[in-house]
Amino acid sequence: MSEHEYTPKSKAGKWFNDRLPLLTLGAHLTDYPTPKNLNYWWTFGGILTFCLITQIVTGIVLAMHYVAHADLAFASVEHIMRDVNYGWLIRYIHSNGASMFFLAVYIHIFRSLFYGSYKSPREVIWIIGLMIYLLMMAAAFMGYVLPWGQMSFWGATVITNLFSAIPLVGDSITTWLWGAYSVDNPTLNRFFSLHYLIPFLILGLVVLHIWALHVPGNNNPVGIDIKKPSKDTVPFHPYITIKDAFALLVFMIIFAGFVFFTPNVLGHSDNYIPANPLVTPAHIVPEWYLLPFYAILRSVPDKLGGVILMFSAIFILFVLPWLDTSKVRSAVFRPIYRQFFWILVIDVLMLGYVGAMPAEGIYLVLARVGTIYYFLHFIVVMPVVGYLEKTDPIPMSISEPVLTGGAEPSLARKVNDKV
Amino acid sequence: MSKEEKKVNRRDFLFTASYTVGAVGVGAVIWPMIDQMNPDKAQQALATTEVDISSIEPGKSITVLWRGKPIFIKKRTSEEIAEARAVKLDDLPDPQKDEDRVKEGKDEWLVMLGVCTHLGCVPLKDKGDFNGWFCPCHGSHYDVSGRIRKGPAPTNMEIPKFEFVDSNTIKIG
Repeated sequence: MSEHEYTPKSKAGKWFNDRLPLLTLGAHLTDYPTPKNLNYWWTFGGILTFCLITQIVTGIVLAMHYVAHADLAFASVEHIMRDVNYGWLIRYIHSNGASMFFLAVYIHIFRSLFYGSYKSPREVIWIIGLMIYLLMMAAAFMGYVLPWGQMSFWGATVITNLFSAIPLVGDSITTWLWGAYSVDNPTLNRFFSLHYLIPFLILGLVVLHIWALHVPGNNNPVGIDIKKPSKDTVPFHPYITIKDAFALLVFMIIFAGFVFFTPNVLGHSDNYIPANPLVTPAHIVPEWYLLPFYAILRSVPDKLGGVILMFSAIFILFVLPWLDTSKVRSAVFRPIYRQFFWILVIDVLMLGYVGAMPAEGIYLVLARVGTIYYFLHFIVVMPVVGYLEKTDPIPMSISEPVLTGGAEPSLARKVNDKV
Repeated sequence: MSKEEKKVNRRDFLFTASYTVGAVGVGAVIWPMIDQMNPDKAQQALATTEVDISSIEPGKSITVLWRGKPIFIKKRTSEEIAEARAVKLDDLPDPQKDEDRVKEGKDEWLVMLGVCTHLGCVPLKDKGDFNGWFCPCHGSHYDVSGRIRKGPAPTNMEIPKFEFVDSNTIKIG
């Protein structure tokens, strides 16, 4: 695990460490050699850990006051908002925390896409990360159902009905998910149970995610393999911890801005109307972080086709390390891919926007164009550009362009800026 | 390893037998864990509902709840029935005659599950391009017989099992 043997100084510490090497683990995490040129896009791992812990702590507290019953859930959430001491604060942190969690995870994923962090030898880190992302979506969806408002109820109805598109067994699966013949009290009960479980599954996967990261070590903005430890690395503590802490602080300011000034801006007002199985709200939209996938679902004029395409949009990411044929990791040295990367970012943002709009007219056209480009990017652009692209020269080490002035001054400056 | 050892021996038999019994045991434990999520006896007990339909005026409809889902009960006017029957089957994505969606001799009564067959929203009445229902979620249009005409829904709105107990009462389920 560690590059050098660690021996605790105290006798008691040594006695304990011989039986359970927790102190060795602690020393490994502290000394862990990290590339010295990590920029602020690399601080989102720490930010996401903070988000997960925040959701777990506030969630456990909310569960002490919440009642998972179709007749009582809505009132118990209002009880939390009005009666429970600081209940409003804890609930607003939890509900906005979900949005902040997704904001951070999307930046983290796009960081990975830009700097090629998903490529060999980090495929397993990437795949575990996607599994965490899938569980996050499941947890967020079920959490949104718990207040049992109109959006909760109809969101749950629409999403569970996605499974009814499966030929032959679809209806049985949907009924099985519901535990009734529609979204009803049994559905709410099981969603609550699973909503409580999933964060701990995520926590377990986060441990694996970090473990898998510590085998090859961090990728870095230059994207080259580095010797560890060397003059290209710094110990994780205090160099990275202090940078992570600063970024976290900025993140928390934005987070607090939402919680204290616009706590409901990311939600939907219809969810303050109690669930009514007889009336569907005029305009159903999912939470913002699911909108691009919702746009893909609606862009297909066929029920099964839409569902398949929506799930494919996520699962195609699992094979990304094998679709990308370029040996160069970082888009800093990939002039063509870099431009497609930004087109993808714009494409996903556009899909998110049209996902919030009614599925008709120009929005439907944009959704279809966006969906087609999304898949083209991964199936065609990534393999083809990887073969054809002439990449820029790559430095031998992180320090080289800085110390020698570099063969290419522009490159040296670029790297220098990030140190 | 010599070739003789590759023969099926007592130990292989014991392994296979143990794995088989083990697999049956695991299955026997897993099935209750899966089946507990299916609708329970209390849910199944709500399977029938009786509705008094005597107060519905021609051209009007009511919505009742059956197994947690809305049921539309519409007393159609003769013009509406004629309109539904004038539609050519070729114009329907899910071809079905209006006659097959109502009880014989009770042609005015349309009793159907008020659930859009796309993703389960409740369509709005007297809306859409076909004088029937319109689903606000993803834009499916249904006609006066509850048949899908336009939009992403794959099939017509479902007709539940129901019967006339007497001329003023129907039993759904």
